[in-house]
This record gives sequence, C-alpha cells and structure tokens, in this order.
Amino acid sequence: MISFDFEYYKPATVSEAVALFQELENQGKQPRYYAGGTEVLTLGRLGLFVTHAVIDIKNTPEFQQTDANEDWMIFGAGVTLTELEDKNLFPLLSKSASEVADHTARNKITLGGNICGHIFYREAVLPLLLADSQLAVAGPAGTNIYSIHDLFNRRLQLKNGELLVQVFVETKYAALPYMSIKERQQWDTGYPLVTIAALKTEGTIRVAFSGVCSFPFRSAEIEEMLNHKETPLEARIQTALEYIPAPILNDGEGSDRYRKFVIKNLLFDIFTELGGT
Amino acid sequence: MLKDERYRITIKLKVNGEEKMVDIRTADTLLYVLREKLGLTGAKPGCLNGDCGACTVGINQRPMKSCLMLAAETEEKEIMTIEGLKSSPMQKAFIEHFAFQCGYCTSGFIMNAHLLSKHHPSGSDDIIKEWLASNICRCTGYKEIEDAVKSVLHFSERE
Repeated sequence: MISFDFEYYKPATVSEAVALFQELENQGKQPRYYAGGTEVLTLGRLGLFVTHAVIDIKNTPEFQQTDANEDWMIFGAGVTLTELEDKNLFPLLSKSASEVADHTARNKITLGGNICGHIFYREAVLPLLLADSQLAVAGPAGTNIYSIHDLFNRRLQLKNGELLVQVFVETKYAALPYMSIKERQQWDTGYPLVTIAALKTEGTIRVAFSGVCSFPFRSAEIEEMLNHKETPLEARIQTALEYIPAPILNDGEGSDRYRKFVIKNLLFDIFTELGGT
Repeated sequence: MLKDERYRITIKLKVNGEEKMVDIRTADTLLYVLREKLGLTGAKPGCLNGDCGACTVGINQRPMKSCLMLAAETEEKEIMTIEGLKSSPMQKAFIEHFAFQCGYCTSGFIMNAHLLSKHHPSGSDDIIKEWLASNICRCTGYKEIEDAVKSVLHFSERE
C-alpha cells in the first residue's frame, strides 16, 4: 500500500508527456514518468521514493514500437521484457532480458524501466552497450539521438524531465555470435552475483558486466587486454581484471574475492566458446 | 474516468467479464482494489513486493502480479481473477493431485498455470519451470503442483 497520494496522468503523445512533466515540476509535484511502474510501487511502498504525480507513458505509440528493417532494429522503451523475448529481434538482448526477475514480473518490467531504474544491475543495457546503440531521448528541447556511450556512464545520464523513448540497434548485430551468462548466489532466480554479456564482431569479442561493481559497464581497456591474442588467455584475463573501473562489490550476494573467481572462470568459458583463445 | 478529487478517481474495470465502477485512490494497487473494493479476495497479499506471486491475476490473458499494478492503469483491460475461473482443467488438476496445503499460494499458482496452458498448451518442462518460477509455495508443495500442471499440459499434447 502506497501511503502518499499522487495524481495520475495518461498523455497520448511523447510531447504531451514532456510538457506535462514541466508543468507539474513547476507546481512542485516531483513528477515521475511511469512505464512498468514496478519500482514506483515497490520503492514507494517502502517510502524510499515519493512523488505527487505520475505520468503513465505506456500509451504513446513510439514507446511501444518494436520493429526491424534492413539497417536498424527499433525498441520502444515501453516494451516489456517478455515482449522483447517473444519478438526476439536481437537474440542477445532477448537472452539478457529473459534473466531479469521472473517471467510474470517481466510482463510488467519495461526496457526503459530496467535501464533507467534505481536498482543498479540494469542488465538489459549490456547488449545495448555491446552493440553501440543509439538512444532517442525526448525533452523540453525536443527529441534528440545520442550514442549510448555518450549518455550512459554508470547510469543513463538524463536531465530532469527527459525521457528515453526508443533504442536503435544496427540490424547486423542480431546475427553475430554471442553469449550471456548470469551467475547467481544460488538457484535460477534473484539478483546477479555476476552477469557477463559478450558479442563477437570482426574477430574481436566485446564484453559488458553487471553485478561486478555498483553499476553495469563496458570497458575499452578490458576488451583490449582480453583480445590481445599474442598472450595466453589466462594471463589476459588476469591483466584485464586490473582495469575493472571501481571496487568489486562485497555484499550479501558474494564477496569480492568470490566475484573475481567467478569472473575469471566466466571469461575463460566465454572466450573459449566464442573462439577468442 | 471521472475525476472528483485530485487523488481520487472513479474508473470502470472489466473483471471476470463484468464491468464494475469503482471509486479509488490513484495510488491504489490493483490487488487492493480487487480485495477491498470488489470483495474478490482470491488474489492474496503475500510479499507486496512482486516476489511471491500470491497476487497473480490475468490481464489481457497474461499473468500479472496485481501488487505491481495500479488499478488506474487497468481501465480498458480484461482482468481475470481466480473467481472468474469456473471448474477449469487446471483447478481440477490441482484438486486431483492435491496440489495445495495451506492454500495461500494456490490461487496465484492456478492463475499463472492456467494462462500458461493457454499460451503453451504443450509446454515443455523448461517453459513450465520458467513460468512457475514466478510463484513461491512456503509449504513446499512444489512436486504436487508440478504434477498437476504437467497433467494438464501433457494431456493437451496427447490430444
């Protein structure tokens, strides 16, 4: 039960949603965009999140679009993770999405919500980092397209009132060899201990990580080390770990030492499987 | 949708084939409205965090955790609760296989499994496991639940 009250709006277009946000912000109502809404409800119930106006953006057509043509795949930020899996336009993204939460929850969790949410794993962003995606972001100044690498640094760096509308991925990435492995503390449900997504393109294996630090990341230095084929694989992995961009997590899911052990083994498996030895 | 106060609205919900007008807070979850406003207490408050699945209902023929939905966002959607299932194959199977102990998780499991049988009438073990991992049984009656679900899905395959 959410103890605080909020107004509920359901705009028909993205521009209407953005304008409404500005209006409500000026009224001091701390508006929030609402897509799947799972974090609004769970964190709101615990008092970890407060708003006095939610803007339900699910009905805007761009937000729900899932499409592909010769050059681009288009994913609306409002598409649920199960819809991504079912359409399976980008198998690596489908695989990463399929490991988030559980099946019923994935009927509600959206691509945009997972990437922009407070919970820091944001695993759906890993394939998008690997595929050098483009992001359509709407704001008071209109809609602009950004490279994900210019906008995602630990989290999506959106200004107040901005809204992730769509993600574009070049169609060529859909057919490339990939792997996505999510290791948990135990069983097949729960937050990750370590998640690694990998994509092989032009003889190079790209890797992105979640659950290792308090943010998901892809590192050029780590990829350069791992793909240095003149060096034995185990030595490359050992060196690459020195470039992890922040302290490795040490928490209830696992210790930092255990995470390091798991990362080494996963990277070895990935590079062996994808032919990066 | 009629707005009579800033934080209250009157909405029309379509539940189990019937249209109901309800006065709600916009912050009310679907679970709360079903139970407290409509008297449909089959969906249960378990964790209220989207983890246990005891609150599972059907929304447009897909399982949804009603504690993770605002009632306000379900206008124009078809809502199905356990009360709307009338002697379905899955309910019969749960009885035949004694797939319940305290019964608290049962309505959530049956809703999810019923919708699974509609989407995947011959679902494999992997699909069954994937869908039903959304529900928890603290009595650990999982084996009987698995037998009940498989009896319905595999029966469909034989037909």
